[in-house]
Amino acid sequence: MQSSALLVTLVVLPAVGAAVLALVPRLEGRVATTLGATIAVAELVGAALLAIGYHPNGAVYQDASTQVLAAPFGLFWRAGVDGISLLLIVLTAIVVPIAILGAPARHRTRASISWLLLLEAATVGSFASLDVLLFFLFFELTLVPAYFSIAGWGDQRRGPAAAMKFFVYTLVGSAFLFVGILVVAFLHQSQSGGALTFSLTALSSTHLSGTTGVLLVLAFTAAFAVKSPLFPFHTWSPDAYSEAPVSGSVVLAALLAKLGTYGIVRFDITLFPHALVTVGPWLFALAIASILYGAVVAGGSSDLKRLLAYSSLAQMGFIVLGIVSLNQAGVSGAVLLMFNHGVVTAALFLLVGFLAKRTGSSLVTGVRGIQGPAPILAACFTVAMLASIGLPGLNGFVSEFLVLIGFFGAEGWWAVIPTLGVVAAAIYLLWAYQQVFQGELVTPAGTSISDLDWRERSLLAPLLAIMVVLGVYPKLVLDRIGPSVVHLLAHLHAVGLSSTAIGPR
Amino acid sequence: MNTVAMPSVHYLVILPEIILTVAAVGLLIASSLVPGRLRSSVGTGVTVIASACVVVDCVFQWVDISRHGPSTTMAHVIIEDGFSVVAISVLAVSLGLSALVADGWLCRERIEGVELHVLVLASAAGAIMMAQANDLVVIFLGLEIMSIGLYVLAAFDRRSARSGEAAMKYFLLGGFSSAIFVYGIALVYGATGTTQLGQLAGFLSANVLRSQGLLLAGTALLLVGFAFKVAAVPFHVWSPDVYEGSPTPIVGFMAAIVKVGAFAAVLRVLASGLFTQQDGWRPMVFALAALSMLVGAGMATVQRNVKRMLAYSSISHAGFVLLALWAASPRGTAAALYYLATYALLVVGSFAVVTVVSADGHEDLTSYRGLARRRPLLACSFTVLLVAQAGVPFTTGFLAKLGVIESAVEHLGWPGVALGVIAMVATAVSGYFYLRVVVLTYAAPLDASPAAATASTLATSRPRARLAALGSGILVEDTRDGELVDHAEVYGAAPANGETAVPLATAVAIAVCVVPTVVLGVWAGPLVELTTRATMLFHP
Repeated sequence: MQSSALLVTLVVLPAVGAAVLALVPRLEGRVATTLGATIAVAELVGAALLAIGYHPNGAVYQDASTQVLAAPFGLFWRAGVDGISLLLIVLTAIVVPIAILGAPARHRTRASISWLLLLEAATVGSFASLDVLLFFLFFELTLVPAYFSIAGWGDQRRGPAAAMKFFVYTLVGSAFLFVGILVVAFLHQSQSGGALTFSLTALSSTHLSGTTGVLLVLAFTAAFAVKSPLFPFHTWSPDAYSEAPVSGSVVLAALLAKLGTYGIVRFDITLFPHALVTVGPWLFALAIASILYGAVVAGGSSDLKRLLAYSSLAQMGFIVLGIVSLNQAGVSGAVLLMFNHGVVTAALFLLVGFLAKRTGSSLVTGVRGIQGPAPILAACFTVAMLASIGLPGLNGFVSEFLVLIGFFGAEGWWAVIPTLGVVAAAIYLLWAYQQVFQGELVTPAGTSISDLDWRERSLLAPLLAIMVVLGVYPKLVLDRIGPSVVHLLAHLHAVGLSSTAIGPR
Repeated sequence: MNTVAMPSVHYLVILPEIILTVAAVGLLIASSLVPGRLRSSVGTGVTVIASACVVVDCVFQWVDISRHGPSTTMAHVIIEDGFSVVAISVLAVSLGLSALVADGWLCRERIEGVELHVLVLASAAGAIMMAQANDLVVIFLGLEIMSIGLYVLAAFDRRSARSGEAAMKYFLLGGFSSAIFVYGIALVYGATGTTQLGQLAGFLSANVLRSQGLLLAGTALLLVGFAFKVAAVPFHVWSPDVYEGSPTPIVGFMAAIVKVGAFAAVLRVLASGLFTQQDGWRPMVFALAALSMLVGAGMATVQRNVKRMLAYSSISHAGFVLLALWAASPRGTAAALYYLATYALLVVGSFAVVTVVSADGHEDLTSYRGLARRRPLLACSFTVLLVAQAGVPFTTGFLAKLGVIESAVEHLGWPGVALGVIAMVATAVSGYFYLRVVVLTYAAPLDASPAAATASTLATSRPRARLAALGSGILVEDTRDGELVDHAEVYGAAPANGETAVPLATAVAIAVCVVPTVVLGVWAGPLVELTTRATMLFHP
């Protein structure tokens, strides 16, 4: 039996945890970490139960719940999951406990964990929303904890500036999204009469003229392109990723970035199918620009965190490429890549954090030959890096391969260009690995490099296990997202668009 | 023997004015009968009880309206409808909370006597009269009663030259704007032959004016008068100076009462009396709204005095309410009412926090550094109040912005969409200056050594320089970082010692402002439904 209470609990539980931690001063220090981790693990268990209870071939949106919040403003709670959102909720539930335990803040631990839990609530809420306005509420809410995490626990000198840049950029992007949402809803109301509604299923039947549709899809995509980020809206991300505390970078890159691409999958495809096809070539161009630009700049970065930020930019390009291909392979690949990138990036940022804890900085220069004293650290880094490059047998390969197949199906031989990005990723990641881990041992004066302790190993183990399992048996996920992607693309056929059907099965 | 025809009076409707006036006069008489100075806590008690009585009266009025529908009384110049009742309740709650905040301030400053309470009671009575006036002349009466009290209140801190200067500025510009307003009434009367809003609407819908010029000029002058009162750009220049100079608890009261009263009146004038003249006044309101939102938010980013920052943020808020006014629709009126109700609590609460924190007269933003270490709960409250003003979801501030922007976009034309985008950009900019203060309150207190102070102060002022580099024309690069550092060295360590506890009355007031901000932000239904229903009971 499906119970909608579970999904609601998954949104409310971390929020309540955050409020308790924020309001009870006695919970400072180690207690805060324990309580926060307990709540995050409970959330993970809940997400697992949700995933187990999910029937891939059942209703499109399961665990659905509806509740009036403020009817005159059209504000309703409409939540539910399909395969795509379920996968991302599970990703959130996996990453947050690791972020909490991976790098506990040295000061004001209670507040730092409180913000992380609020961020988890907002992220799960965004993925679970089946109401465009409710999605926007959660989408906006993620900004506040992310801002305070970066400004309060990031780099002391440059953190606040990076946080503010992130905040203002994203908020300006959302300005267009918000007005776009309202325009769609009022257009729908003027066409169908009745009360103001922001329900995704209701709004998907809105008839939009060519220009209106294009303007609206641009308004929505502006916000999502900033959040993802895509070139040329990415300039906040290297600063934010590198000045944030380790937990902040992990959550930003692994989860918040997915809100942007998820928005494109969920809202652009459902609400503006015709317009998305019209602007498709432009999005392809931005995606390819992100892949190439990300690769080139990552190659020139001497800071590992910035390198990962640019590598993420390139990966986001791949995700958008897959989505806008609008075929089974492309979209499934993109959704799988969202999950895989989340897992791999979380592991990589965590590893860079562990490395920086030992050497005092995340710079490539000044450190060499770490694999001697820290073989396990080097081994973990190798696995995560190879997964990111897309080595067959690890999870990155399957998703990138599907995306490229999808893009080939849509645009033919143009697919050669993004493939160059795969090669470039191999070059810059291997180069960085060589710099830091191989060669004669060189460390900053006065530091001795120790290997990963059992706590760090146990945090990385689940992430590495996922990389291997999904690399060998991607069907585990593809079977669950497949029907949802089919349903998403069926909507395109329903409105009279054809898509090239090249699927994995 | 000549008899004067007395209009019938529905006393339930004008009871709020009666209660407040009797309380004010009673306090004056009592203070002259009692030997020595009457203690200020007596005044606070009377004010709080009076405002509670007004709220109770509003409940009875609401029941009355629900049964019999909206009505007018006293020869149709006073109106009783859902809109006025909600506006009066908001005014009464603001009055009570302001009295509580002022109580702590009066104790701290060792000011005995009840003069402050007499003046706030009178001002609030004027604002309430504006909220239920159905005649331009009565609106003017209310405006003057409200303003004259406020002129004196602005000068209440006699030991401070700034307070006197603020009062003088406020008085001169306020008098000037009143004159413009009266002239507007005269022109409208000249064009239509009436000042009563119902008759005005009737006349304009039944007749076509041969020349619009006179009425248009009258409308414009009325709008200018209102724009002065609510501090809409470009008629806002007085407000930062007056906010900075006036005693802080008075500023919260002023910001709430004036905006609620004046907006309630202007909504009624435009949405009811001059509803048919939309083509004339909507472009003017469009300009006022767009300018207020952008200039208010933009200028707030470069302020270093917290009261000036809040003054500019209030200007930006006025722009948002004007946005709903521009919509000229039931949705817009409801959204404006919701905005005013939530804004009143937010602004009274914010200035209550400033009253406590800036007790030593240091209103510079740097004196908020490390507030969270010294006063965790106060910092938490301030965070909620500022974050809500920034429009973060799951606070009333977000719902208020949602409502007004919805009302603008509902028109689906380019002007509405453009206003919506402008409003959201203003929100993004305002997020910058609100969050900057919040981060400052949680930052580590400055070390005693000047070098460390310099380094960390520069770190917090850095976002400003960085943001300027983003290329946004609104954000102006600040060149006075050096000065900020000087202030920090002087003030940075000062608040740590010699601080007094938060007075109980003020703490209660802040709690009353903070708790609904979050509770009604999550449990959004009741207040939204109430304001929407109030607008449905809007007369006519």
